[in-house]
Amino acid sequence: MFRIVHTRQISDAVFEMGVEAPRIARKAKAGQFLMVRVAEGGERIPLTFSDWSAEEDWIRFIYMRVGKTTHQLSHLSVGDELADVVGPLGTPTHVEGVGRVAVIGGGVGAAVAYPVARAMSAAGARVTVILGARNAELLVLEDELRALPGVTVNVVTDDGSAGEKGLVTAPLKRLCEAGALDHAFAVGPAIMMKFCAATTAEFGVPTTVSLNPIMVDGTGMCGACRVTIGDQIRFGCVDGPDFDGHLVNWEELMSRQRVYVDDERVADADYQRECSCHK
Amino acid sequence: MSQVDESGLSGQTPAEKPRHKPSRAPRTPMPERAAAVRRSDFEEVAFGYSAEQAQAEANRCLQCKNPTCEQGCPVNIRIKDFIAAIIDGEWTDGVEILKERNALPAVCGRVCPQEEQCEASCVLAKKGEPVAIGRLERFLGDHDLTCDLEHRCTPQIAEPSGKRCAVVGSGPAGLACAGELARLGHSVTVMESLHAPGGVLSYGIPEFRLPKAIVAAEIEMLEVMGVTIECDQVIGRIATVEDLMTEEGYDAVFIGSGAGLPVFLGIPGENLNGVYSANEFLTRVNLMRAYEFPTSDTPVWRGRKVAVVGGGNVAMDAARTALRLGAEEVFLAYRRTAEEMPARKEEVHHAIEEGVEFKMLCSPVEIRGRDGWVTGLVANRMELGEPDESGRRAPVCVMDADFEIECDTVISAVGTRANPLLHDAAPDLELNRRGYIVTDENGATNLPGVFAGGDIVTGAATVILAMGAGKKAAAGMHRWLTDA
Ligand SMILES: Cc1cc2nc3c(=O)[nH]c(=O)nc-3n(C[C@H](O)[C@H](O)[C@H](O)COP(=O)(O)OP(=O)(O)OC[C@H]3O[C@@H](n4cnc5c(N)ncnc54)[C@H](O)[C@@H]3O)c2cc1C
Ligand SMILES: Cc1cc2nc3c(=O)[nH]c(=O)nc-3n(C[C@H](O)[C@H](O)[C@H](O)COP(=O)(O)OP(=O)(O)OC[C@H]3O[C@@H](n4cnc5c(N)ncnc54)[C@H](O)[C@@H]3O)c2cc1C
Ligand code: FES
Repeated sequence: MFRIVHTRQISDAVFEMGVEAPRIARKAKAGQFLMVRVAEGGERIPLTFSDWSAEEDWIRFIYMRVGKTTHQLSHLSVGDELADVVGPLGTPTHVEGVGRVAVIGGGVGAAVAYPVARAMSAAGARVTVILGARNAELLVLEDELRALPGVTVNVVTDDGSAGEKGLVTAPLKRLCEAGALDHAFAVGPAIMMKFCAATTAEFGVPTTVSLNPIMVDGTGMCGACRVTIGDQIRFGCVDGPDFDGHLVNWEELMSRQRVYVDDERVADADYQRECSCHK
Repeated sequence: MSQVDESGLSGQTPAEKPRHKPSRAPRTPMPERAAAVRRSDFEEVAFGYSAEQAQAEANRCLQCKNPTCEQGCPVNIRIKDFIAAIIDGEWTDGVEILKERNALPAVCGRVCPQEEQCEASCVLAKKGEPVAIGRLERFLGDHDLTCDLEHRCTPQIAEPSGKRCAVVGSGPAGLACAGELARLGHSVTVMESLHAPGGVLSYGIPEFRLPKAIVAAEIEMLEVMGVTIECDQVIGRIATVEDLMTEEGYDAVFIGSGAGLPVFLGIPGENLNGVYSANEFLTRVNLMRAYEFPTSDTPVWRGRKVAVVGGGNVAMDAARTALRLGAEEVFLAYRRTAEEMPARKEEVHHAIEEGVEFKMLCSPVEIRGRDGWVTGLVANRMELGEPDESGRRAPVCVMDADFEIECDTVISAVGTRANPLLHDAAPDLELNRRGYIVTDENGATNLPGVFAGGDIVTGAATVILAMGAGKKAAAGMHRWLTDA
């Protein structure tokens, strides 16, 4: 069992949780993730490290409440326990020698963008963060990102309720046009990553994307997370989650993410009903 | 508690016993649930012998002077003696004889390919039906599990040696190794990457063939013997083998990480929705209990028409699981014929009884789809040609893309390979061409104090071979720990 040592509500649907996990905290690196199972009978879901402390024995992750498991997480408090926390999984993000880099975080992708931007700036990169969300309400981690040394933050919202109105690809394109980028790193909804990669491809800017295929074990033994990169099948959980954005088969990824939408709706509706019964 | 050393039977000379007169009765059938009933739920297929049935079957044994069956057993269980114990109604003695060589009789009695091992070497097999050794083994294994924990047969544990061993992976190889190390007095911690121990016994082999309560009870026994089991520990990520031996102070390490990486067919359409590796399909259903969805949280796509590719135990398990999830039709596509299938005969028989339709001499070349979802499996028609290096007749194509099986799900059960995380766990470990660990006859690898066994050494094999390898490596580790 893993004891919860920190919880924080960041916005209406976005939360941060800290868990005591000394062995994991000692090995965590930016871009890696955890598999979390809330309780017996629960699903294993992947969540990226947002922060960790080897000295204080904890790890943290930021999650958006989207379905049953993330709802369950949001109902827990400090002192409660999670059944299982497994990690660090996946290959760490390459942060050394990226030069002038744009880190694009869309929606809850900001949770991944934050530790990556922090690690890249610590490794000497010049980081421009492009933070995107549908509206100001859904914008997360802006203050934390602005507090990072030497990191510039651009905010973009679909409705213009904060920062620039539009999509993250607009400031990304301007940076490319200005010849101000050696590298781009994008994380968020697949469709956003697809368009970021399409934008940078035109300018030949190498682009890493952090993919989010559906996972089961997260250790390479099932193949649920397989993605097509160029002409090869790769496993998101061990070969990734970072891949060359210019080689990803996006249509396939987006299609595979939708396999269980009906089931997910059933599970979440059942859970909501159960919760309201107990109130 | 244990009487291993004063085992009643092994000391007895045949002369003291009344002469055994073998019965000429036919092989005692296994009581089973009707195919029509069992194909729609996940409860166990076979009930197991009653005491009367077990004795009736044991009485068929000739008690040969030279029991050839024992040579057919990969771990050389004293089969003749445990059967004699059943004849005499001495269940506890029988269990002890079994457990000398095999720590998990209730498991092996259910899943070993007896028809190729002990039962194939039974003298009775030459003229008719061999003694049902596997069913008798299961009978004793189950008897042991019905006893209270303190009345179960536990081996005598040696004085603490002061040495600490780490076992990576909790499949049959890791469990057998851990049990043996504990018996020899070493302190043992098993580290498992999943949230439940058991390896394939937990995530692969379905409930209806191997109830998880049995696996759990066997594992509980190890804990009683002092073995610590830590789940959620991915070695290679949370610690390397070197970390275990330096920072964490283990004196020796056993790697039994299995051959868990699924192999795909490498044909077009394999990433369509509705295509599963058998590993994913079975893990969702067994480990994550998707058959109880939405009571459990993990979903599985329940196809109406399911095509399973392969001919081994994994393929049979996937096909029969698909039926139980409510499929109307389940096809099994195999490139050779039923004769060459590597699956246990009993599973093939059960699959046919339950209504799995076998499409033999059929080699898939493409998965067709519409809107991202599977609609069919296109296959070549094959025939059997000359024997290949495995001695089996090789399938050769007679008709290209000859036919299409209409289906909404394809499950590929065509094999597994070594998990690549191994390389992160121990970069200097010597591997062979296929990525499996190289060991000597004691299970020792090229790294001092690091041993290995099971599927990660041999490639996908069997439960009993993995257990045998775990036990042998434990003996090697014991020598290494005590000589040093
Ligand atoms: C490598 C990786 C890192 C991730 N990091 C984060 C993160 O830091 N913060 C965050 O909020 N989310 C992250 N996600 C997404 C997160 O795993 C899903 O939001 C979560 O699984 C939803 O579970 P649920 O039961 O609440 O919702 P559900 O109703 O079950 O699912 C909602 C949607 O989430 C996705 N999803 C569901 N189950 C899984 C699964 N087992 N594996 C992957 N995706 C799934 C599907 O697209 C689904 O349609 C990450 C995903 C991956 C693959
Ligand atoms: C569906 C199916 C049906 C089968 N049916 C039969 C049958 O009827 N009869 C038979 O004899 N055999 C059968 N087999 C084969 C048999 O199960 C295997 O040969 C046997 O389980 C191998 O044992 P093992 O201990 O080597 O590996 P496994 O059982 O694979 O166990 C390895 C364990 O190590 C863990 N692990 C892997 N990497 C790490 C890591 N880095 N850190 C920590 N832990 C790790 C895995 O999670 C797993 O739990 C079947 C196999 C399958 C898949
Ligand atoms: S999640 Fe199972 S292999 Fe990646």
